[in-house]
Amino acid sequence: MIFVNQLIIGLQMGSIYALVALGYSMVYGIVKLLNFAHGDIIMVGGYIALFALTSAHMPPVVAAVVTVLGCTALAVVIEKLAYTPLRSAPRLSLLITAIGVSILLQNVAQLLFTADGHSFPAHMLLPAGSLTIGGFQVAYTALITILASVASMVALTILVQKTKLGKAMRAVSEDTGAAQLMGIHVNHIITFTFAVGAALAGVGALLYSVQFPLIMPTIGVMLGLRAFVAAVLGGIGSIPGAMIGGYVIGLLEVLVVAANLSSWMDGVVFLILILVFMVRPTGIMGRPMLEKV
Amino acid sequence: MKQRFTIPMPARYGINIGLLVLFLIVGNLIVGGNLLPRAHSNNVIQVGFFIILAVSLNLSTGYLGQLPLGHAGFMAVGAYAGAIFWRSGLLPSEASLVVGLLLAGVVAAIFGVLIGIPALRLKGDYLAIITLGFGEIIRVLINNLPAITGGAQGLLGIPRYSTFLVVYICVILTCGAIHMLMKSRHGRAILSIRENEIAAESCGIKTTYYKVLAFAASAFFAGVAGALFAGNLGILVPGDFDFMASINILMIVVLGGMGSMAGSVIAAAILTSLPVVMQPLAQYRMIIYALLLILVMIFKPSGLLGTYDFSLSRVIERLVRRITAGRIKEKGAK
Repeated sequence: MIFVNQLIIGLQMGSIYALVALGYSMVYGIVKLLNFAHGDIIMVGGYIALFALTSAHMPPVVAAVVTVLGCTALAVVIEKLAYTPLRSAPRLSLLITAIGVSILLQNVAQLLFTADGHSFPAHMLLPAGSLTIGGFQVAYTALITILASVASMVALTILVQKTKLGKAMRAVSEDTGAAQLMGIHVNHIITFTFAVGAALAGVGALLYSVQFPLIMPTIGVMLGLRAFVAAVLGGIGSIPGAMIGGYVIGLLEVLVVAANLSSWMDGVVFLILILVFMVRPTGIMGRPMLEKV
Repeated sequence: MKQRFTIPMPARYGINIGLLVLFLIVGNLIVGGNLLPRAHSNNVIQVGFFIILAVSLNLSTGYLGQLPLGHAGFMAVGAYAGAIFWRSGLLPSEASLVVGLLLAGVVAAIFGVLIGIPALRLKGDYLAIITLGFGEIIRVLINNLPAITGGAQGLLGIPRYSTFLVVYICVILTCGAIHMLMKSRHGRAILSIRENEIAAESCGIKTTYYKVLAFAASAFFAGVAGALFAGNLGILVPGDFDFMASINILMIVVLGGMGSMAGSVIAAAILTSLPVVMQPLAQYRMIIYALLLILVMIFKPSGLLGTYDFSLSRVIERLVRRITAGRIKEKGAK
């Protein structure tokens, strides 16, 4: 009984990590950038959802759409202003810029909304209560979180595998130069990838806010780092890998909390990261990286 | 062909020592002479250990070309190692000070080697994230081992050894040691790894060895700075060494110039003093820093000073040359 409940919470957390990890993985696959600002986009998404629901009194569906669109727009603006000028710069510069964007978002949020937490009206977005399936109580929030993220992942897989745009994305990630020669507009594809990643982050922001209804300027940091570890664990650049990694980290978190070691959680996550790097740097699903001279 | 004017080597040393003594006297006057309020004179000491942190991070960022994001982790290791040793009171205070600083550095360097060996097999972002992870693991360990580290409550009652003189000597030793390392053949090997790792390797440079060496040296000085930090505050809490602390050090290095010691020193002095001087702008500080970081990366990726390094002797040489050149011209006109 307890085991099944914990399993459901683990799947719920894992869904959120998987959604966020997808954003890291896709962006890394296409521009080889560890997008530090990704976690903070989720934080901004949390604030958008909060104010859409409370100040603007939007119905839940509209608020959700506004949040996803807001995150997407923010990511596109960041990409255009901060990352596009650095397209040919060394990767170190790009990484430092991403850190700069992350700090900027956090501190602007702190200036606008103060460092104190705003409580998130989770009941306004998703119904409370629970459903009884085969004798097990499953909270609506958990059910919707898992379903929404699975739906998002299916949509993403269809987008990447079945559409022309997805084909272009795969081509750019495989070989940017060759893709350009084939007439693919590389810059548009990169921007589109950022946008898709941020849209998933927007969904993640909604689900995260329901699970942990306290929005602060720093919530994106640890969520982002754990999701990044999930992406690396699954094999960075690989979409199914990010999903697997997300669920592994989510279930692990529940395990650590159940063992009453929650203050060790971040240490455990990063220990896994270091072990993955030492044993299998390409992750579970990743392809071996070849070094060209 | 007339030989260009150069200052002979002993005179160069003389000039440098003179400059150091001048800084010492001025600094001592500022700190000890009640010229400034207490908060400001303590800031002078803080500038000191931030210089050590920035110069040591510059060794692995600017010279080696990697991006470690866990410098605060090494600082934490050193701070706790030094502070625990000092609190134990095993040795009389002067000896305790020196041994504690060395111990802090050595323990941090050991951690540097331990994390460096797996981390340095990886490149770029992977190295960044693994060092970031290391910094977080250290913080989690400190938080969860209250018997040794005081846990989240903090470690109290650390003897306040970090006077201006102590910090100043450590700054000079750090800058001197890293400068000499970079002028040696080992330093050139480190630079060659930054420029092109594959070419360096094919020239017979043991890249892993030199990477770990640079990393360990960087960690050593970060540990010393951590101990000075502990000796200045008298109390240590794990929150002092979070991810933002690492980013703050990185910001100094990036803004000052990756690969420029003078840049690191100047940026450390400015960025550490600004918050004290510009109190009204405190809430905008991080926003300004973040924007600066992004703008510098877009418009001048090597940092404000680039790889330029300051040398007083060179400035004097240039002045003398200009003056003598003027005279020769005058003679020619006659």
